[in-house]
Amino acid sequence: MSARLTLDAGLVTRARELAALAAQPVIDLAGQHTTVSVERAVLRLAGLEGTDPVTGEGEIPWVNRVVDVVREQVGLEHGVALPVWHAIASGGAGSLQEVAEQVGAGTARFEVPTGGAEERAREAALAAVGAGLSRVDGARRRREELVATHGDPPRRPWIYLIVATGDIYEDIPQAQAAARAGADVIAVIRSTGQSLLDYVPEGATRTGYAGTYATQENFRLMRAALDEVSAELGRYVRLTNYASGLCMPEIAALAGLERLDMMLNDAMYGILFRDINPIRTFVDQRFSRMVHARAGIIINTGEDNYLTTADAVDEAHTVTVSQLLNERFAREAGLEDWQLGLGHAFEINPTVPGSFRLELAHAMLARSLFPDAPLKWMPPTKHMTGDVFGGYLLDGFFNLAGMLTDQSILLVGMMTEAVVTPWLSDRDLALRNVRYVLDAAGGLGEDFSPPPGGFIDTRAHTVLGEAVDLLERITADGLLPSIAQGTFGITKRPADRGKGLDGVVVKAPGHLDPATELMEAAL
Amino acid sequence: MSIVRPYGDTTGDGMVQTSFTLPVPPGPKAEGAALQLAGKMGIHPAMVVHSHGIGTGFTFFVVYGSVTHLVDLDAVEVEERDYPLLSPTEVNGAIKTRLHRKLVVMGACIGTDAHTVGIDAILNLKGFAGEKGLEYYREMDVANLGAQVTVPELVGQARAARADAVLVSQVVTQKDAHLRNTRELAGAFREAMGESRPLLVVGGPRFDPAMARDLGVDKVFGRGTTPGEVASYLVSALLPEEVAA
Repeated sequence: MSARLTLDAGLVTRARELAALAAQPVIDLAGQHTTVSVERAVLRLAGLEGTDPVTGEGEIPWVNRVVDVVREQVGLEHGVALPVWHAIASGGAGSLQEVAEQVGAGTARFEVPTGGAEERAREAALAAVGAGLSRVDGARRRREELVATHGDPPRRPWIYLIVATGDIYEDIPQAQAAARAGADVIAVIRSTGQSLLDYVPEGATRTGYAGTYATQENFRLMRAALDEVSAELGRYVRLTNYASGLCMPEIAALAGLERLDMMLNDAMYGILFRDINPIRTFVDQRFSRMVHARAGIIINTGEDNYLTTADAVDEAHTVTVSQLLNERFAREAGLEDWQLGLGHAFEINPTVPGSFRLELAHAMLARSLFPDAPLKWMPPTKHMTGDVFGGYLLDGFFNLAGMLTDQSILLVGMMTEAVVTPWLSDRDLALRNVRYVLDAAGGLGEDFSPPPGGFIDTRAHTVLGEAVDLLERITADGLLPSIAQGTFGITKRPADRGKGLDGVVVKAPGHLDPATELMEAAL
Repeated sequence: MSIVRPYGDTTGDGMVQTSFTLPVPPGPKAEGAALQLAGKMGIHPAMVVHSHGIGTGFTFFVVYGSVTHLVDLDAVEVEERDYPLLSPTEVNGAIKTRLHRKLVVMGACIGTDAHTVGIDAILNLKGFAGEKGLEYYREMDVANLGAQVTVPELVGQARAARADAVLVSQVVTQKDAHLRNTRELAGAFREAMGESRPLLVVGGPRFDPAMARDLGVDKVFGRGTTPGEVASYLVSALLPEEVAA
C-alpha cells in the first residue's frame, strides 16, 4: 500500500459539502441553457458530417450551417432536434443529410412542431441520436476488448508524452516512436487558436500552428496508428486530445465516436485562460462531461495552469478548491472516480527552502483527498529557465515526487521546456530520467509515511484548511461572482463577458436535447 | 588581452562540451561520424565520451574536446535592442510609477482576416512560447476585439476607451492585404485623431520589422514575437524613463 496522509475527516467532509453547494447553482444554470455547440453536437451524434462546399471557402461544417439556419428561422429555444426531425418526419426531407443540403440550397423551411407532429419528431430524433450513442458505446466496448487483449501498462504512473507537429502525417510516426520508447499515453496538442474557432475543422490536416487541429478524421487516423503499435507492443497505448474551447461538446462527441481514451476537460480553464464566457463554458462543460462519462473516457483537469500564473505556495489551496469543484461537476455528470484525472503540478520555485517537501505535501494532499482518482501529475514549466542541466535535475525530483506520492498519470517533463519544442533526444533523455526514477524508487511509497504533526502532514492540513475557507467564501458569494472577482489563476472573468456568449440560449419549456435526455436516462 | 579561448580547467585549454543526434544507427561508424562532425566544428582533438541509440536509426552523442577557434573580444559586436527586455513585474512597476493608472491596450484583427492566432498569442492570458499574454499584466487594461473588425470600428472603440496602444495582427497576406490594411489603419487613425492617436503596433508572420515608417505605424513585429517583447516595447515607447539630469 502506498503513501497516504490521514486527513482530518471533518475537514474533508466539509470541503465536499461546500463544493457541492458552490457547484449547484452552476449546474442548475447549465440545465436552463443550451448553446450552439451543444446543438451541433446533437447533430454530430446523429451522424451529420461534412462541410458546406459553397459557404465561405468550403470549410464550414454542415452542423454549423443547419444550427445557424434553424436559429435564424425559429430560434434555438426549443433545440435544433425538433425542427430538424420534424422536417424529416413530415416528409420535407428524406434524411439528415438532405436537410443539410436544403439548408445549403436555401430551400429549408423549419418550424417547431406541436402535438402529434412534435411527438413524431421527438421519436425520430431520439432514434437518430440513440444510434450515435450506440456507436459511442461500441467504441467503449472495443476499448475494453483491446485493453483485455493487449493489457494495461504494467505499472503506475502511466507515462504521458506529447506530440505537436501541426501535421497529422508527421504526428503519426512520432507518436508511434514515443509509444515504442515507453509512452503509455499520447497527447496530440491542438493548433494554437483552435479553442477560439466556433467550428470543428474537417478532414486530415497538415497545417496546424504549434499543434495539430482536432478533427474527426485526425482522431481516427491517430487511433488506428496507436492500435497498430499497441498490438506490436502488447500494451494498449491511450490517446488524448482536448475537449475545451468553443466547440467542447462537439469535440467530446467526436472523441466518443472515434475511441479517444482521455480528454483534457476542465470546468473553468476556458473561462480563465481563453476568456470564453462563463455560462457558455459551464453549459458546454456539462454536456461534454456526460459524453465522456458515457464513452468511458478519462478526463484530465487543468489545475496545473493556475500555478503557472499564481504562486505555487500561496495559491496551493486554489488547486484543491478547483479539484473539489471539478470532482463535483464530474460526478454530477455521471463520471466515476476512475475517470477523474484531476490535475496538479510541481511548480514551486526551487529556490524556496523546503520546496521539495512542500511539493510532497501538496501531492500527498491530492492523493489522500482523492484516493480513487487517476491524478495527473504535471512537470515544472515556470521555473525551467533554459538551464537544461538544472532542468534535468528538477525533472528528476518531479519524477521522484510522483513515484513517492503514487501519482497516476505522469506528464513527462522536458529539460528543454521553454527552449525548443522537444527534440528526439530531449524526449529520449526525459524518458531515461523517468525510467531511472521508476526503477530506483518505484514502491518507495510503502516505506514513506510522514508522521502526523510533521512538516508534510501540517502543510497538507494548512492547504486543506485554506481550501475550506475559500470554499466558504465562494458559496457565500456564488461561484460566478467569485470567478468575476479573480479567485482562480488571478484572472477576472465576469459572467456577462467573454467569447461565445452570443451562442448561449435560454431553453424554452419543451426544449428537446435528445442526447442529454438519453444520457441522463442511462445514469 | 583581447583573445580568449574556452576554459575547462586550465587557461587556454579551449575545452567545450556538446551533444547532438545523428540519423545513424549506433556503432563504430556512428562514432566516427560524430568525430568527423566535431572536427568540422573545430573541436580537435575530440572525444566521444558517451553515445547511445535512440530507436533504430538514431544515435545520441556527448562530445568533449578542445576547440581550435579563438575569440577576439575586440571584434565582438553586440546587437543593441533599442528597448530593454523587461519582466512582467518590471513592466507593471514601470506603468505604476510612471503612468499612475492602467495602460489601456486594445487589440484586433482587421479587414477580412479571421486568424486571431497572432493577437491571441500576444493578448490571451495563455500567452505564447512560455510567456503569459498581456492580460496577465496587472497594470494593463486589455481589450481584445477579435476578428474581422473594421478600421472605423477600431478607431471608434480605441477613442472611446482612450487606448494608449492599439495592436493589430495580420496573418492573411493574399495580394498584400496585410500591407494595404495596415496603411488604411494608419491613415484612419491619423485622420481621426491626429497627433493624439494611440501608439500603433502591427504584427504578423509576413511583416518586415523595418517597414514601420513606410506603413505609417510606430512598430512592426515579425514572426516569433513574444508577449514580453511587446510589453517591453510599449513601456519604452509610451513611458520612457526620465533622463537623469
